[in-house]
Amino acid sequence: MPTKSKLIFNKELLAITIDRLCYQLIENHDDFADTVIIGLQPRGIILSKLIFDRIQHIQPNTQIQYGELDVSFFRDDFRRRDLIVPSANKMNFIVEGRRVVLIDDVLFTGRTIRAGLDALLAFGRPARVELLVLINRKFSRQLPIEPDYIGKSIDTISSEKVKVNLNPEIEEEGVWLISEE
Amino acid sequence: MIEQLSVQHLLGIKDLTKEDIELIFRTADNFKDVINRPIKKVPSLRDITIANIFFENSTRTKLSFELAEKRLSADVVNFSASGSSVSKGETLVDTVNNILAMKVDMVVMRHPEPGAAMFLARHIKPNVINAGDGTHEHPTQALLDAFSIREKLGRVEGQKVVIVGDILHSRVALSNILCLQKLGAEVMVCGPVTLIPKYMSSLGVKVEHDLKKALAWCDVANMLRIQLERQDIRYFPSLREYSMLYGLNKRLLDGIGKQLVIMHPGPINRGVEITSDIADSEHSIILNQVENGVAIRMAVLFLLAQMRGI
Repeated sequence: MPTKSKLIFNKELLAITIDRLCYQLIENHDDFADTVIIGLQPRGIILSKLIFDRIQHIQPNTQIQYGELDVSFFRDDFRRRDLIVPSANKMNFIVEGRRVVLIDDVLFTGRTIRAGLDALLAFGRPARVELLVLINRKFSRQLPIEPDYIGKSIDTISSEKVKVNLNPEIEEEGVWLISEE
Repeated sequence: MIEQLSVQHLLGIKDLTKEDIELIFRTADNFKDVINRPIKKVPSLRDITIANIFFENSTRTKLSFELAEKRLSADVVNFSASGSSVSKGETLVDTVNNILAMKVDMVVMRHPEPGAAMFLARHIKPNVINAGDGTHEHPTQALLDAFSIREKLGRVEGQKVVIVGDILHSRVALSNILCLQKLGAEVMVCGPVTLIPKYMSSLGVKVEHDLKKALAWCDVANMLRIQLERQDIRYFPSLREYSMLYGLNKRLLDGIGKQLVIMHPGPINRGVEITSDIADSEHSIILNQVENGVAIRMAVLFLLAQMRGI
């Protein structure tokens, strides 16, 4: 099937947006003393690392705890959809009583985030959980989950795909909406 | 890299490809992380029921499978042959079909007859996992042994592994040989002439009857128990003599002048095949093997369950 792609973020706009998200986090979390940043495996990791590095660049004396969470074993589509291939967890701390910022690249049905909330509970009971996404696909949610920090909200239909590339080694960074012609 | 197993049942290492084994290891890495958390349970298999059917005694394997199943949130039913209708003359298929009529999705079975798991897999729909069939295979033990070597030494390929003891009666030995060879390790067996089957050299395995020479050759020594309960005749004059010739002790290890990784599938007969100071030494990974057993079994159950439709 032939497809067409529409550019949502180019490299420059992407950098500005990530900067803005970092400043919003700093506004709400100050010195990050009680806050941990957790990227969701596999696709939220590059974004969460970028944000983690950027905040430390903006506020050089900030010590932020950073983790990577794999939600594979908590997904609700095991045996129902595609094969689940687990990724590594990097969680060297517990989240008991902490404020958690979960980071993923695209929010679509909300099911990954639900699995993420479940997976998170294996590391304690957080005081509060916030969600940061680069792209919020509106009108496609299957669960009552909404993000706290949004790079950009876009209107999509379910047959469309959002392609995010944050790795300059693959191709130029950007976000595209891919749809069938 | 493959994402699903090439088999529907885990009957033996013989049926697995190298890629299958590597997939099981990668998945077990994730589960090893899970079982070292404060909360060791994940919900993946919450709609799966597993029957553990043991026609032969087991402590470690049964406990390990049961823990693996519970940590994946599966429902578990346990069945032991002693005190069951098997002693009233029921056949294997009848016994299992009765259990399956209670809507079971997967069966873990240990049985004294070689080939029992394969026979069962031909007659029933659920996935069958062989937890030991007589003197034939014990695939999850071989997987956890190779996984433990990989964890300790970084890789299995190129390692020299000697399996010492009662090779003739050991399902662990056969599964280990097949698994290690598929992963590119060199394997030697060592023991009295009477306890090493003649077909060993046809498997491409080195045979050595002198323990000291075997130890000097290897990187890893896997010590097996003498299975007196399976020995219908006397294969060696006395346990004391066996222990003198094939028992691993500190003097012997000091004499070869290098560090070996020491393994044992359990249960240990201390003072027979291995002395206490060696079994409890820093070079022994016996308890790591037990821990890895749960992770490996979780990986096998997860990967087989994943192939079942809803």
